[in-house]
Amino acid sequence: MARHPLATGGPGVSLPGQTISWLADGNNWRGVNGILDLTVDHLEVTGLSMLIAAAVALPLGIGIGHRRRGGRVITVVANAGRAIPPLALIIILASEPSFGVNTRTAVAALSVFAIPPMLINAFTGVRNVDVDALDAARGLGMNGPQLLARVEIPLALPLLATGVRIALLQTFATATIASFAGTRTLGTIIQINQATNQEQAVLAGALVIAIEALLLDVVLAWIQGAVKPGPRTRRRWGEGRPALDSVVAVSVSEAA
Amino acid sequence: MLGANCLRANSWVCGAYLSSREGQIIHFTIQHLELSGLSIGLGLVFAIPLSLLALSRRWLRASVLSLLGVIYTIPSLALFVLLQPWLGVTHATPVVVALVAYSQLLLVRNFLVGLDEVPAEVIDAARGMGYGPLALLWRVRLPLALPAIFAGLRVTTVSTIALLTVGGVINQGGLGSLLFQGFQDNFHAQVLVASVLIVVLGILADVVVVGLQWLATPWQRAGQA
Repeated sequence: MARHPLATGGPGVSLPGQTISWLADGNNWRGVNGILDLTVDHLEVTGLSMLIAAAVALPLGIGIGHRRRGGRVITVVANAGRAIPPLALIIILASEPSFGVNTRTAVAALSVFAIPPMLINAFTGVRNVDVDALDAARGLGMNGPQLLARVEIPLALPLLATGVRIALLQTFATATIASFAGTRTLGTIIQINQATNQEQAVLAGALVIAIEALLLDVVLAWIQGAVKPGPRTRRRWGEGRPALDSVVAVSVSEAA
Repeated sequence: MLGANCLRANSWVCGAYLSSREGQIIHFTIQHLELSGLSIGLGLVFAIPLSLLALSRRWLRASVLSLLGVIYTIPSLALFVLLQPWLGVTHATPVVVALVAYSQLLLVRNFLVGLDEVPAEVIDAARGMGYGPLALLWRVRLPLALPAIFAGLRVTTVSTIALLTVGGVINQGGLGSLLFQGFQDNFHAQVLVASVLIVVLGILADVVVVGLQWLATPWQRAGQA
């Protein structure tokens, strides 16, 4: 442990060099603990947790937003989601024998933390629909459900999409540490090689995780841009990033 | 649940754990406060010039926010591990540097949102009163941006305290280290106490920042009364 990582390996072979050769070795990509298989596992855990969380958060956020009340509850959920470290919940659940160290535990914890971003954005999106637009729709004779389906949800779509994007990126990131709860994710590369002091493999694993997270972000930004209604405008990568449009909005309204 | 039996039974709630490991608990709590406080403080120190830089040119603003967004997207455990070879494995510098880097997106964005939201009429009026660009920024735009800046600081404070926990996986995470050690030893009371303390620290720190905001923006108080 006390050894400096730069001091490991054969004479004259630097850690970056070792890391690159680890990544260049096809054996580290194939097989049960290979990068490819673990990527699939990682995406499966992320996707499953997202589905469960979305099934809870989106109807709830849209419903509360439609009634235009209960903003306080949303704020509490948002703050709790920020104050409770995912690692703590993962470890508590994994330590509790009724859950145990398994994929179900990881999915349960990841789902819980995917809820707040989607809930806040669904709520904010629906609640912020222009009152004039609602009045006009009512004037056309729309009832509650019609209002929701034809006016509120379509107008809330950009914020809904942002919420899903934030939640997805966050779940992907948290799935990394979920490997400690006994599920197989890309974090497994860090976990098993840390235990055996294989610094170059730990570093390579971290690099793979970082690059895949950035790729996911690019893909999500692209999808979000493609489904965005209205005139297509060229956007620089990173502009309008999930970056917490919602956090800024919620916090500013708290402060006001 | 108060006797030493709960230690043997590995109960989640165990008074004997608190009394027998008091020193250790206090040690990690102080470490957690130090590391998160240092990260938040340094975060503010870097966010101010970065925001001013982003404010100075339109293209710089987009580039700065894009770069901060890219950093923010990197999962924390990966970033900690990637920084270790360059910054050292035996101390918490990689964790602090990563937390400072993450805080920049939250802080700079809210800084810019706050400065943007100052009404044009107010700026015009100040110019008319003879304020130069610097005096305008310091004495008009900055005070009016304080609510948004504090909103960013609140989010940063709470999430930094929570995120430091992940440092426990590489044994550099304050109470996160206590949490992770408890997990590896299958010691339930330690896992629960560490988790609860992290959440409590986050809530208390949030209250402190709200208090600071109350002190820093007396005119808002007057409006509420």
